Amino acid sequence: MPFFEVRGLTHFFGGLKAVSDFNLIFDGGELMGLIGPNGAGKTTVFNLVCGVYHATHGEVRIEGRNLGRLYPHQVTAMGIARTFQNIRLWPEMTVLDNIRVCHNYRLGYRFLDTIFQTSRYRTAEKAIWRRAREVLEIMGLRDHAEELAKNLPYGLQRKVEIARALILRPKLLLLDEPSAGMNLGEKEALIGLIRWIRKEFNVTIWLIEHEMRVVMNLCERIQVLDFGQTIAQGTPEEIQGNPRVVEAYLGKEMD
Amino acid sequence: MSKYSLTLLAILFFVLVVGLSWAATLSSYIQLVLMFVGVNIMMSSSLNLVNGYMGEFSCGHAGFMAVGAYAASLVSVWCFTAGSVFGPNLLPPAWAVVLFPFILLFGGLIAALAGLLVAIPSFRTRGDYLAIITLAVNYIVKSGIENIQPIGGARGFMGMARVVNGMKEVADIPWMMIWTWIFVFLTVLLIKRFVSSTYGKGIIAIREDEIAAEIMGVNTRGAKMVAFMLSSGLAGLAGGLFAHILGYINPGSFGIMKSTEALVMVYLGGMGSLSGSVLSAVLFTLLLEILRPLQLYKWVVVPLILILLMLFRTEGLLGHRELTDVLPRLKRVFGSREEVHAVL
Repeated sequence: MPFFEVRGLTHFFGGLKAVSDFNLIFDGGELMGLIGPNGAGKTTVFNLVCGVYHATHGEVRIEGRNLGRLYPHQVTAMGIARTFQNIRLWPEMTVLDNIRVCHNYRLGYRFLDTIFQTSRYRTAEKAIWRRAREVLEIMGLRDHAEELAKNLPYGLQRKVEIARALILRPKLLLLDEPSAGMNLGEKEALIGLIRWIRKEFNVTIWLIEHEMRVVMNLCERIQVLDFGQTIAQGTPEEIQGNPRVVEAYLGKEMD
Repeated sequence: MSKYSLTLLAILFFVLVVGLSWAATLSSYIQLVLMFVGVNIMMSSSLNLVNGYMGEFSCGHAGFMAVGAYAASLVSVWCFTAGSVFGPNLLPPAWAVVLFPFILLFGGLIAALAGLLVAIPSFRTRGDYLAIITLAVNYIVKSGIENIQPIGGARGFMGMARVVNGMKEVADIPWMMIWTWIFVFLTVLLIKRFVSSTYGKGIIAIREDEIAAEIMGVNTRGAKMVAFMLSSGLAGLAGGLFAHILGYINPGSFGIMKSTEALVMVYLGGMGSLSGSVLSAVLFTLLLEILRPLQLYKWVVVPLILILLMLFRTEGLLGHRELTDVLPRLKRVFGSREEVHAVL
């Protein structure tokens, strides 16, 4: 049984076929890239996996369990976490609270516990605070814990987003264009960070990326989408030489 | 020690108010105003939960107040007084002393269930559209009660004064003042505990970005349900107190005007600021009383103050901050968030 499996995933937006017969298998521990021109359906694939949309056909399984019609927060509880293309932190909350909220799906207490502040609430809340601080510490964000998320510079906001995904203890981490809007130095640092996260947290990483330098450097395998269809799959070298990929990105050469 | 100073202050205030009322140092008019201050604190802080912390726009808060007021009043009149509607009293009037808080809680519970009328539509819609739904719920409740003739319809419902008098016969203390302020403290404490828990932070995350909240593991439907029911339930509690303070209620007093008052208090104090809500409820209630000599012109002056406030201080008196953030010195006395969690 593969660790993560997408089979025949197809999705329509009205009459538009946004994703068509998408297939993928992870055995665990991979670092896989998903690339393609704008509008190819990459983010839609992520949204389908996360439960934001429910696929018209096909299925997604993690450790054999079908994600079927689950709500996003239930998918998260299954061990899939993600970041967003355009940063989606909660701007008016502190960095620490941004991290803390992500514990909501396994609080370990119920509503009435918060009101009576039962011992169950105190123990659980203490553990949440400790873990949130730990994650901030290893991500090098400790000094920003009490700052509002909106006041951080862009690069740090990306880091908080990754930290937020990590506290969900994902088995599979989806990164949607992690290097978008970063400068050269930040991109280099990001490549190091992703490698480190993969080793440190023993997590399978699946990322969408436009920046070829990041993808080619980082990914072991790459899948290329164009108009919702998988047009190529393979190692970075294979992809670079693939005429269909070149065509999708640059257009067909005139005869 | 700083952890307890807020509690100490509250107890001191409570003893002072109840003591002075008991000794009849305060005129009955001032006592009435003080109790309305309490009811308004409950209304504004509970509405703040939805409008401020969760970022929805509920403008039918008085509807839930009405449900609580009628539910509690009907039960207390049914149990403790003999009358034309329910026949002879079910229980000896003296038992009201013990059962009264439970009757109020029952009213709150029914109002919380009425809150589902808004909570369930909120799964599918938000913003302006949800605001219209809350408005509709307010009208449904008001018109519904107006059309139930056995409980007085538009003429209103009374008999609660006899219940309170029954309690006074057991012991001549200011019962309503005591229960109002006990429930005010409980309400504020409850909301404070809720919004500072990780669970409650999920509601703030919904305000900031609902889709991100859902994907990051917040059960947004569950959280919305809890927030709406809690908010309407507390409004119901306030309604039950309001009914027993006045001794008479009619559906007309729970119209859109009352909802607007609650909204004004929330925006005056600052969205998502609990201390702001408390402060503004006190100021607003007192302001209305102080301006009473102006009679009808009061309703020119008060909205004018609001216009000025919105022009020059859009975020309300305190904005998203608490009193301890605005006046850091208070932190030394009352303790900051970090200290509270160090204790945890």
